[in-house]
Amino acid sequence: MTELGQIAEKVRSKNAGPFWLTIDIFCGNRAAFDRVSAGLATETVAALFRAAPDMLKRFDIADLNVVKFSLPRPAIQGTRADRDMHGAAWAVLLEEVKID
Amino acid sequence: MPTVKVLIPTGALGLGYDRAALARGIAERPDIIAVDGGSTDSGPAYLGRGVSKYSRTTTRAEWRELMQARAVAGVPLVIGTAGTCGADSTVDWLFDITRELADELGQKLRVTRLYSGQNPAEMAAALDAGRISALPAAPDIDGDAICGCTNIVALAGAEQINAALATGADIVIAGRTTDTAIIAALPIERGCHPGAAWHGAKVGECGAIATTGPASGTIMVSFDETGFTIEPMAAAARATPYTVSAHMLYENSDPFLLYEPGGVLDVTGAGYTALDDRRVRVEGSVWRPGAYTVKLEGARVAGYQTASIALLRDRRYVANARGWAAEVAARASGDVVERMGLSHDAFDIELRLIGVDATLGPLERVAPMPGEVGVLAIATAPTEAQAGEIGKILNPYLLHHALSEDEPMPTFAFPFSPAEMSRGALYEFCLNHILALDDPMDAFRLVTEEIGHD
Repeated sequence: MTELGQIAEKVRSKNAGPFWLTIDIFCGNRAAFDRVSAGLATETVAALFRAAPDMLKRFDIADLNVVKFSLPRPAIQGTRADRDMHGAAWAVLLEEVKID
Repeated sequence: MPTVKVLIPTGALGLGYDRAALARGIAERPDIIAVDGGSTDSGPAYLGRGVSKYSRTTTRAEWRELMQARAVAGVPLVIGTAGTCGADSTVDWLFDITRELADELGQKLRVTRLYSGQNPAEMAAALDAGRISALPAAPDIDGDAICGCTNIVALAGAEQINAALATGADIVIAGRTTDTAIIAALPIERGCHPGAAWHGAKVGECGAIATTGPASGTIMVSFDETGFTIEPMAAAARATPYTVSAHMLYENSDPFLLYEPGGVLDVTGAGYTALDDRRVRVEGSVWRPGAYTVKLEGARVAGYQTASIALLRDRRYVANARGWAAEVAARASGDVVERMGLSHDAFDIELRLIGVDATLGPLERVAPMPGEVGVLAIATAPTEAQAGEIGKILNPYLLHHALSEDEPMPTFAFPFSPAEMSRGALYEFCLNHILALDDPMDAFRLVTEEIGHD
């Protein structure tokens, strides 16, 4: 098992508007993409964010060696419960997850 | 058909750019200069208050340079989402700056303001009439929620920008627009490929982010009847098929689709070709027209906040920070209920432990033992005065609360006096909805004025 951040070149999370979060895993090459694409289950990502799996969108984009997830923000941007206005820190949850 | 060249000086006015790259862009004779002035990315307070995130002095300094560049190029200069949020007040704010600069620079200008602000009562009526619909993950709303907004804006598209350009304006100061509309508008008006117009606009909307030199800012996007070509203006920056195609990922929940007023862009079939080592040609994007809707954004006050920071450095308190914080919050909450007469659900006290889990909260999975813990204490209440009172009730606990009764009274580090900082109103976004329009200009207003002198 290896941390995803050690396999991928970069993991980026950003707001996609105030209500959605989008996370791009830039794998850097085909081998890393295949490993992340096969080894990272959608259910794992949903559990990390405590998100409803049916609201989670997943894109495995082989042309870019990118795996992308979009989901409703854990808290709507700027509300009392929000801790991360620009949504950039949530990427660490994926960087630190271990996959085969 | 001639090419339409759109010069994008920077990803956002106020972010800076490479001056030499802008000069090169002007020398390439663009047909229009388009710059974005805003974003929701810094949160709801800017829209809630109707103010800019960037300083007036920085905005004025960069806008001055763009006005000078425009005079050299002799083409229109368009800014979208002026003043971060694109409320009517920030359009007027930038118009005031523009008027000052026109006098200072000796420029006689025709300036058109495009207002995107919406009357809350009219929006509540539109909700009743079934003209407003929710997008995915939208909060529940009703007429009261809409009427409680301090600002509501609609995101203008290409049609409204073209209406503003049709006034013969030298400068268009637009309120809230989609990020792409200011770039896509002129190519669409001149008959360029509509899929290319929107796709090129999406790639260009953040300036040079879609190149190898993101901080250089300035790029040129050239549109024609079959596609678009992107070229960074900074000497060292390069656009590659990878940097350009990967930009559809950026801040976009679906990397193949982009919804805009009046349709959707689909880039599934787009092909990206390197023309040389710095320019990329893109063809194959498709624009699918649909019903004419505009997205709405609204912000309202959700209470008032006072924040305090205390620092725990003593090892025993660092090790027991979570329990300590829970006790402080519980005791202060008890005092608030007893002394201020507020019910438990009318206010909130939250202590976030910086160094432990302040960033991720309940989603944190790692529990390191830090050398110190910052305690960010946030009081939220219905009024500013109440939030201030709660901040003061918290103060003695944050300063002196002991883990046990039989130890000498501890004193923790406060970085400030006074210890409490009033944050004023807590704003929240409350609309993720679209409004159906019969005519694109139904929700927007244009005002044209001559300013300055030769």
